[in-house]
Amino acid sequence: MSVDTVKQPNWFSRLAHPGQFLAWSRYLIWPLAIATGLSFAIGLWFAFFNSPEDYQMGDMVRVMYVHVPNAWLSQLVYGVMAVSALGTLVWRHPLADVANKAAAPLGAVFTALALYTGSLWGRPTWGTFWEWDGRMTSTLVLLLIYLGIIALWRAFDDQLKAGRIIAIVTLVGALNIPVIKFSVDWWNTLHQPASVFTASGPKMPGSILTPLLVMMLAFTLLFALLQVARMRTEILRRRAETLSRQAALQGAAK
Amino acid sequence: MSAFRALIGRDLKLAFRAGGEALTLVLFFVMVAVIVPFAIGPDRPQLTRLAPGIVWIAAFLSMLLGLDRLFRNDDEDGSLTLLRHAGLPLEAVVAAKVIAHWLVTALPLLLATPVLALLLSMSWAQWGQTVLALLIGTPALVSFGALGAAVTVGLRRGGLIAPVLILPLSIPVMIFGVGMLDPLAGSGATLFLIALSLVVTAFSPFAAALALRVAGE
Repeated sequence: MSVDTVKQPNWFSRLAHPGQFLAWSRYLIWPLAIATGLSFAIGLWFAFFNSPEDYQMGDMVRVMYVHVPNAWLSQLVYGVMAVSALGTLVWRHPLADVANKAAAPLGAVFTALALYTGSLWGRPTWGTFWEWDGRMTSTLVLLLIYLGIIALWRAFDDQLKAGRIIAIVTLVGALNIPVIKFSVDWWNTLHQPASVFTASGPKMPGSILTPLLVMMLAFTLLFALLQVARMRTEILRRRAETLSRQAALQGAAK
Repeated sequence: MSAFRALIGRDLKLAFRAGGEALTLVLFFVMVAVIVPFAIGPDRPQLTRLAPGIVWIAAFLSMLLGLDRLFRNDDEDGSLTLLRHAGLPLEAVVAAKVIAHWLVTALPLLLATPVLALLLSMSWAQWGQTVLALLIGTPALVSFGALGAAVTVGLRRGGLIAPVLILPLSIPVMIFGVGMLDPLAGSGATLFLIALSLVVTAFSPFAAALALRVAGE
């Protein structure tokens, strides 16, 4: 199976070839790992030593530097999955379903961490681990959707068919998430309103915003690193499966 | 159009002549409501307060329980393959099956609600609003269910996965369905539920048909 003899029309389809992806993503792992480690070092230093205490919450405000990036990633990862679902259904991009499969558990973990850190933060400041308010509830529902998609991935034997069917589910979920969020907000609102991404710019002093943005960058890089590594693992796993199947066929032919 | 009606008629005939699944579902629906007082106590004012929510939960569970029969039998005996190659577009086939499924699984539940109203000491006004909410909301539940059933039709262990997938997606239906009984926000919830139900019912045949095509390849 020679890759070089196949005519490659453009960079997009070159990007699509799993073998090519394995070749160029090899050089992505280490730079991403170093960038992730560096930005975590800077971000954590800021978060622990170079940011002020909150005048009401004291040191508890530092939970925010872990909580907000996880909450941001819980939604970004679903966005990545929705885009790869489009890639599967529209372009039949052979890497898109690999990306979807790789991202689902990462998204679930980031969402679970957002809920976990949120409840650790909520206990001393609101006096409760869990409150059925709008944003917490819709994050919980998002976690359930992630878990459903993971369960569906595990239920299929045929991974190619699974990729396309799960792409449909992912897109339906993507269309439905705003509806869920709206309905849950309608149902109950207690959480403080959004304060980072507002129309009038961030409503935070720079001393808190800088470490927050660095930490968000660090977590996003961590996601990118884990995503590339998981995609490589998945491609290799599929290749190993194919090889063992071929070996079994040859063994049966003898 | 006649093929569309014939398909609905076929599914209704199958449902009534074999198995009696509709009756079993109604029985399950009533049973869920019967076990609730054992769990929370027979205090009548409390039951009255919780009754609409209990009816909705019972309806949710019954609809999820009935999901598997939507496409699985047709897939197993091969009629789904025939339907895929029939003159009727697969989207229309799904729509016909959704309508038949609603008639077989949702309508009997609505007819059984007076029993629940009696058992849970609902007021007549409460009962009327709950039936109206179920009438508007169950098409959305069936449509979400059709998607879940289509996505899992090729799976040997699909029975449990479809409900797990569908439940979080259909939370808005329950929120607005129960919200219709809110004296302040009720009219808004009614409109949202109608909008949601219409949109989901209109779109789900396309998504479900796409999933069935992929599954049948």
